[in-house]
Order: sequence, then structure tokens, then C-alpha cells
Amino acid sequence: MSTGTDARIHNIGYRNYTGERLGISYARRALFTHSLRGSFGLGRSARSKVLPMGLFAIMMAPAVVMVAIAAFVGLDELPIEYTSYALFMQPIVGLYVALAAPQMVSLDLRFKVTPLYFSRPIERRDYVVAKYAALCCAIFLFVALPLVLAYVGGLLADLGFAEQTRGFAQGMALSVLFALLHAALALWVASLTPRRGFGVAAVIGVLTIPYFAVTALQAVAYEQGSENAVGWIGLFSPGSLIDGIQSSFLDGRSGYPYEQTPTDGAGFALLAMAILVTVVCYLLLGRRYRKAGL
Amino acid sequence: MVVSVIETNGLTKRYPRVTALDGLTIDIQPGVTGLVGANGAGKSTLIKILLGLAPATEGTASVLGLDSAAQGETIRAQVGYMPEHDCLPPDVSATEFVVHMACMSGLPRTAARERTADTLRHVGLYEERYRPMGGYSTGMKQRVKLAQALVHDPKLVLLDEPTNGLDPVGRDEMLGLIRRIHSDFGISVLVTSHLLRELERTSDHIVVIDGGRLLRSQTTASFVEATASLAVEVTDSDAHPDGTAALRTALAAAGVETVTTPGRQIHLEITDESVYDVVRDAVVELGLGLVRMERGRHEIAEVFRSRGAEDAADQAADVSNAEVTR
Repeated sequence: MSTGTDARIHNIGYRNYTGERLGISYARRALFTHSLRGSFGLGRSARSKVLPMGLFAIMMAPAVVMVAIAAFVGLDELPIEYTSYALFMQPIVGLYVALAAPQMVSLDLRFKVTPLYFSRPIERRDYVVAKYAALCCAIFLFVALPLVLAYVGGLLADLGFAEQTRGFAQGMALSVLFALLHAALALWVASLTPRRGFGVAAVIGVLTIPYFAVTALQAVAYEQGSENAVGWIGLFSPGSLIDGIQSSFLDGRSGYPYEQTPTDGAGFALLAMAILVTVVCYLLLGRRYRKAGL
Repeated sequence: MVVSVIETNGLTKRYPRVTALDGLTIDIQPGVTGLVGANGAGKSTLIKILLGLAPATEGTASVLGLDSAAQGETIRAQVGYMPEHDCLPPDVSATEFVVHMACMSGLPRTAARERTADTLRHVGLYEERYRPMGGYSTGMKQRVKLAQALVHDPKLVLLDEPTNGLDPVGRDEMLGLIRRIHSDFGISVLVTSHLLRELERTSDHIVVIDGGRLLRSQTTASFVEATASLAVEVTDSDAHPDGTAALRTALAAAGVETVTTPGRQIHLEITDESVYDVVRDAVVELGLGLVRMERGRHEIAEVFRSRGAEDAADQAADVSNAEVTR
């Protein structure tokens, strides 16, 4: 007997897909978004979210404190300059870069996901472009969002619009440069090993060891009375490159020993070096994937 | 006339030290085609060239009527590929992963979600699709790998050793699924394996390559006819202390040629259907217990060797024994 209802389960079988298929630029964007989300642990397990989110919270903390103090105590300028913020927080930023870069490429290598990408329409260079853009964007957000918070807070605390805006713009410019340089360097280093742990350690090594060496040499040079050499020595680590550039071109206070600002010549050399390192690392990254196959 | 799914002409690929493909000419029609070859026979190189990821040294290849060398991008949009190795990040769920792969094939986000749900259901993955893939069994992982190859509704899928690492039940399910990809979904399949018997069950057509050369290309039916063999194992009895020898003698008397392996199995050619009856009658007459009677399993190596005592090694690893006991 029929129960009188029409409720039934239908097996509709396999349906062909007749909808639209978007091209390579869409796929590249999809890879970019996926990688960017992944670098903050979004779309991944809860465990993958802990570190990036935790680091980001630490990164934001000084900005929050700074704004709070400025508002309640009534400072006439923020205690940390916009251009110095990323350098002040360098250990945290470095740690984030060292986590995000291997997350972006080592995992694909380790779990052999790359063949799946290359068996789809995108070319190898599309993969490299998307990954590089995603890491640049991730580092930029990581470095620049605290500045946005400080800027908005600063304006609300009446710290002077013109001065704040100028400092903020300089901070943004430095953040872009910072992101481009660090993304290229870290991504290339990370792409050399499928082991995530090695990748993390290698990136930390590349960012810190030259920096300590450079800082030590700079101190020695200054003590020996050759102040002009300080800027030139800064050429040899990513951190000191960024530091020298902000003090030469963006009115920043130098983080070099004894607050030594690079000479004009050294300043331009630092900028040229930053661009050169970025370009070379990007080309090496492209080369790394040129022969990648199934 | 039907357009060939895959066509190669004098395809050659030389690496500095090895020649992976050597003048390979094949013509694959729509349907399920098995590609058999030992490791290093050139299967992966062939797939790479077909997808336009590596240039051929000589010769031409076309997929779905498109030139592999010039139209790789268009080919890759219409072809699905399931690699042999693991390719799943452990901390992502199957749904998340397959949606992403669908987007990478150009499907808009909403369509990608719908297709993912459909495809995962078709390959038999249900509630577990929301869990991270690190906790999946091999069978579930193989299903996700298959789903990502099917999610963009390709015209052809290339499946590289899809039954690798599966237990007998999982193997059967996977083979059934492969069969359905063509019969129900209307998608042509090229499936590689080194187990000939598996391909016999699923494929319409079998292509054998070795050392980068075409060894055979024929329909499955004619293949099975040419290579079928029967493995028989019997017990001893008081009347016949060596049952195996007694049976051999009896079969030889009936005109059936046999070979004995160290494992006491008797192998014989299935020349026609009546061979089964001859074996049965011989065993009954001798009063022995029939332990096993099964169609011989062919590994790729068997196609190359003349059948003989060497086959013994191939039998050792048999997984799906249809055992007949008293």
C-alpha cells in the first residue's frame, strides 16, 4: 500500500558538467587565494592555525599598546616609528616568514601535490607567480596591518594628520619592499627542500646568521673609526638592507650600531642590492620549477 | 569514424643516459584501455608527453585529436590524471582539497563545490570527506585521488596504477569503479598496471609496452584467449602418495600438457573449455582432493617470457585465490 507521500530517493546518476570553464588566469588566482589562506592556516586543521595566528597576535600587540598609551597618556607622537615597526618586531616577522614559506612550497613537494597542479592547464611559471604573489601578500599583511591599526588609532588620538599620514605612507612603502625581498628569498630557500622542518630552519638561518654577522662587523668598523663602512657592510643581510633603506630614504631612525645612517652612496647601493637579491631569488625559484614534472 | 582518444606516431624520448620511448606507435579508441608495462617500461614518460609536459625527441602524439606538443594546455583542461604516488596533503579535508583542484581546472567556485559533492559520492566517500585526509585508509585515499581526476568532468582520465596498495576487496571496488567511469560516466580511461589479470577484468583493449616499444596491442578477449592458463593443486591419498605426480600422469594420458611448480601446483594451458572437464574427471577418478583450481594469474613478465618453470615466482604473490576444498 502506498503511504500517500511522494518522498523517494532518486539516484540521478552521473551528470556531465556543461557549465563554464574559466581560463588560466582564474586558476592562477585560485592558487593564489588558496596559498594565501593556507599561510594563515585558513582552510587547514586547527593545529595549522595556532602558530600563524599566535604570531600575528604578538605582532599586533605593540601597536595596540602604543595606541592605548598615546590615547590615555597623551603623547604627541607614537613611540615606534612606522618604518621601524617591522624591524623592531624582526624576530617575530622572521619566524612568520620561516613558517609561511615552507608551508607554501615544501608541503606541495613533500606530499607531491605539484604533479596534480602541473597535470592541469596552468604552466610551471604560473605556479611560481601565484606562490610568490601569495607569500608577498601574506608577509605584507603581516607587517602592514599593525601599521594600519597604529595609524587609525593615532588619528583617533589626535596625533596630527599630516605627520601621521606621511609616516604611514613611508611605512607602507617599506612594507612592500620588505615583503618583496623576504618572499623571494624565503620561497627560494624553502623550495629547495621537501622537508618542512629543514625549510623552517634554513629560512631562519638565512635571515638571522648574516644579520648577526653584519651587525657585529658594523660595530667593529665603527669602533675602528671607519663610520662610512657601516652602511656598506649593511649590504650583506636582508635585515640590514631594509634597515639601511628606511634610514636613507624614508626618514627612519637607523637601527645600525650607534644609529649610524649609511652614506648616500651606500644608501643607493643598499636599494640596488635589495632589488638584485629579489630578482635573482625569483629567477632561481623559477629555475627550480622549470623541470618539475609528474 | 571515431576519433582516437590517444594516437602516437614513432614517438621517441631520449634522456641523456636512457631511451625511455623508442618509436612507439599506438592508436587508442574510446573505452577502457589497459596499459601494461614493467617499471621503467616508459609508462610515465608516455603520460608526461601526452599531457604536453615534456617534449618528445622524435615523433608525434595527439590526445583527443589535439597535438600534445602545441596544445598541452587545452589537453590538460580536458584530461584527468591520477598519479601512482600519494599526492594528498594530510591536514586538509577531502572536500576542501577536491574543490581547490576543481577550481584549478577552471570551474567557478559554486560549480566546483557541487561537482565535488557529486564526484566524492560517486567514488564512494561520504561523511569522512570533511575530515583531514591524514587519517584516511589507503582505499579512501585512492578514492580521493580518483575524485580529483574526475571532478572537472574530463573526456579522458589517465589512471596510474590505481589499485596499488589496496587489499583484495578494495581492489575489486576500484576495478568496478574504473569500469563505471566509462560505462556510466561516458569518460574514456587509460589505466596502467603491472598486473595483467586486473586489466583483463576492466579493459576493452590492452596495450603492452616494454623498453619504450610497443609489444602488443589487442582487444582483451583475444589477449585472454592467447594467454589463459589454469593452476591446479590436489591432495595426496593412500592410493596415490604423490597426488600431484599421479594427476600429471593422468592428464598426460588425456593429452593435456602440464608443468609442475615447486609449490606443487600444476599449470596447464586452457586450449578450450573442455580442459576444465578433463581435469575434474581425472581428479575424481584418482580419488584425490581438489585444493585449488583457478585461472592463472599473469604478470607482465609472463607476456615476455616463454611460459615455463619461471612462472612459479609469479604465482607466489597471488592475492585472490578462489580455493576449492573438499
